[in-house]
Amino acid sequence: MGRITLDKVRKSFGEVEVIPPLDLTIEDGEFVVFVGPSGCGKSTLLRLIAGLEDVSGGEIRIDGQDATMVPPAKRGLAMVFQSYALYPHMSVRKNIAFPLRMAKMDAAEQERRVKAAADVLNLTDYLDRRPGQLSGGQRQRVAIGRAIVREPAAFLFDEPLSNLDAALRVGMRLEISELHKRLKTTMIYVTHDQVEAMTMADKIVVLRAGHIEQVGSPLELYRNPRNVFVAGFIGSPKMNLVDGPIAASHDAATIGIRPEHIRVSDEAGDWLGKVGVSEHLGSDTFFHVTCEGISEPLTVRVGGEVDLRYGDKVWLSPDPDHLHRFDDKGLRIA
Amino acid sequence: MAPAVFLLLVWMLVPLCMTLWFSLRDYRPLRGGDLGFVGLENFARFVSSSSFWPAVLTTVLIVGGVLLVSIIFGVLLAMLLDQPMWGQGIVRILVIAPFFVMPTVSALVWKNMFMDPTNGVFAHIWRAFGADPVVWLTDVPILSLILIISWQWLPFATLILLTAFQSLDSEQLEAAEMDGANPLARFFFIALPHLSRAITIVILIQTIFLLAVFAEIFVTTGGAFGTRTLTYLIYQRVLESQNVGLGSAGGVYAIILANIVALFLMRIVGKNLDR
Amino acid sequence: MARAVTTQRKALNTAVAWTVGLLIFFPILWTVLTSFKTEAEAIANPPVILFFDWTLENYGVVQERSNYMRFLWNSVIIAGGSTLLGVLIAVPAAWSMAFVPSKRTKDILLWMLSTKMLPAVGVLYPIYLLCIQLGVLDNRVALVVILMLINLPIIVWMLYTYFREIPGEILEAARMDGAGLKEELLYVLTPMAVPGIASTILLNFILAWNEAFWTLNLTSVDAAPLTAFIASYSSPEGLFFAKLSAASTMAIAPILILGWFSQKQLVRGLTFGAVK
Ligand SMILES: Nc1ncnc2c1ncn2[C@@H]1O[C@H](COP(=O)(O)OP(=O)(O)OP(=O)(O)O)[C@@H](O)[C@H]1O
Ligand SMILES: [Mg+2]
Repeated sequence: MGRITLDKVRKSFGEVEVIPPLDLTIEDGEFVVFVGPSGCGKSTLLRLIAGLEDVSGGEIRIDGQDATMVPPAKRGLAMVFQSYALYPHMSVRKNIAFPLRMAKMDAAEQERRVKAAADVLNLTDYLDRRPGQLSGGQRQRVAIGRAIVREPAAFLFDEPLSNLDAALRVGMRLEISELHKRLKTTMIYVTHDQVEAMTMADKIVVLRAGHIEQVGSPLELYRNPRNVFVAGFIGSPKMNLVDGPIAASHDAATIGIRPEHIRVSDEAGDWLGKVGVSEHLGSDTFFHVTCEGISEPLTVRVGGEVDLRYGDKVWLSPDPDHLHRFDDKGLRIA
Repeated sequence: MAPAVFLLLVWMLVPLCMTLWFSLRDYRPLRGGDLGFVGLENFARFVSSSSFWPAVLTTVLIVGGVLLVSIIFGVLLAMLLDQPMWGQGIVRILVIAPFFVMPTVSALVWKNMFMDPTNGVFAHIWRAFGADPVVWLTDVPILSLILIISWQWLPFATLILLTAFQSLDSEQLEAAEMDGANPLARFFFIALPHLSRAITIVILIQTIFLLAVFAEIFVTTGGAFGTRTLTYLIYQRVLESQNVGLGSAGGVYAIILANIVALFLMRIVGKNLDR
Repeated sequence: MARAVTTQRKALNTAVAWTVGLLIFFPILWTVLTSFKTEAEAIANPPVILFFDWTLENYGVVQERSNYMRFLWNSVIIAGGSTLLGVLIAVPAAWSMAFVPSKRTKDILLWMLSTKMLPAVGVLYPIYLLCIQLGVLDNRVALVVILMLINLPIIVWMLYTYFREIPGEILEAARMDGAGLKEELLYVLTPMAVPGIASTILLNFILAWNEAFWTLNLTSVDAAPLTAFIASYSSPEGLFFAKLSAASTMAIAPILILGWFSQKQLVRGLTFGAVK
């Protein structure tokens, strides 16, 4: 079981309030991803849940039990750190077994669990090595191994893949998702990476300056961002945001339109623009188009290869069904 | 933390206060002990005595000479040791070894086995070239001391400068090479500025230790032939002639002098702590 | 540098470096060689370098005449005792400064450093007097304490820089894994700190072994370590090159060997972490 509830949880470092009172419920077995700009308090929130930081106010409940004052080891949670935090003087086997040893589990059971974890994570051949003799991906797996042997109520990950190269990241991403499907344990995962958030999460929590801006499934957030911030934050490349007279003509302070929801034509349309830099990805092409009356260039996605060159004139038309409208406070207009 | 701080505090304050106290009194244990308060007279007498300025000069010559030798040869040696070669580790050890020799041994070995005018190695070499052996410690005493002390401290400078050299990003040198800098220019515009911090640190630390040089003089000349440094002068005033008041005033001067140097060192070290 | 170096260039480097290295090392080498000569060979002109009758006689004589073992033993006790005592006192201090730093930590560290800069001669008489009054002049325990205090700042500093390299996340991971304070200390921190503590002990043992201001001024017979033993040879009657060499070799050999292991720590320890 692993249902985690935060009730008016607050955190200040001295004078600075990093997390204003915040409510959040994480259901058992859910994969929850925290995203938000750097310094918004993702790690702090995770560490509050872990018990590595004391809350300044509010209550944390794990499976209905008040855990606010419970020390980290007693909360039944396991954490995977960004730097892996492996014990350099212990072999992989000892590293993975460490939490079991701390729990005074008998040796045979320790060995069995370490074997099982090593099997799942493809670490069987490396059990006698030291962390220093492993590659980044392997170290990451050891850190995960150390977390799973405890059979925790929930896993906490703080940007676990950010030290890996791109190819390994994709691989580990799949492995963690796979692990979640198999163990069905609650996972809370902090990341900067859009793709990780969109592909792994059951539920995304978007944070800004310690506030929760929106909570929802990846597609919910993508389709119905509650405000301008979420609209701009979720999705890559970013949603185009336009204000001024053009937005006013749609009865909004700001309108947003995703790159894939803009039609391109060389004959007619709503906005006339000039093609700037284009990015050809093969399957898709992104054009940056500067339009009259719109300060920022718009990003437009076109499927496949399209023959538009730097400096060409094009007409753009937003798809009215996918136009997002926001009021002057940045909130979505239904 | 508390016990360490407390111990050091006592260790520093008690003797310091005693020195200050003595420096204000006419205190001569062999001539009737404490003869009362004399104000700043000891301070004035210490600097006006005929041995004061020569001692200052000797100190400056020795400290300056050793610094000069160890920095110049230290940079050269560090550069040499940084080159690819066979047996680098062994050469490194050979160069560093003198630092581990206790000061009394190195002074004694140099004094007798090298500088002895009849049987020393130098005398043999001089005679082999048909020259008259130099009576090192009497004829050129300060030069001899600089030689001995430099031999002890050169390894220290070399080791630190070598460490600094090795932290120099080789891409920086390559970039400079691409920019058309010749080896000399690369040395003066890239390597030397990179070393400047390490050199400063070597200068400061060595200055503090060199100001306190004692055993080398004690063993070789015993302060004769104009080799009396400030430290040695104070030592003689305090323990040999037992003029504690006068010596303590000298001690206060030495403490002030060392603190001035230390202040610069602390600023560098302190900056480093912040990172 | 990654670039290939021509063999000639490398050979030239090697030749120059070895020449310079041997030149610098020569006094030590010469001392060791001379210690195996007879007194006559030791002052022979021209000097004999390798082809002489190797003898161990000098070592026997030095040992018998001057009771070398007692000086050696004093050195071991003074250097070892002061180092161990210093480490015992410094570990908790460095520990708390590295893991629970306060605003004052930096000031305290710098202040400790400044005590190390205090010129010994400035406080010579007070210490001398205190030793007399406490009846501990020429006493090993007194020297253990004094040398411990002299090197305490360096010990604290070295340990501090080592401890600070232990990442905080590891400690947090241990706490998440259920380690209490005791287990954290025992299974995680101590094993990770051992190499740092060992290097600190090594370097400070060397520094204490070679210390030659207090050991010369505060000892006469009973507590005199090797520094004083060697200094006694500077009087004219001690002037026998071969025996002098044997005595010197015995005084420096242990430390030269230890020194080879501590090259790296030397830089860290003596520059207070300012050069890495
Ligand atoms: N121990 C601390 N003392 C004081 N301020 C802190 C402390 N830890 C974090 N903060 C501050 O709290 C805010 C949130 O930090 P946090 O590490 O949670 O951000 P984050 O969202 O994880 O950022 P990133 O994406 O860069 O990891 C930051 O402004 C940070 O400066
Ligand atoms: Mg973070």
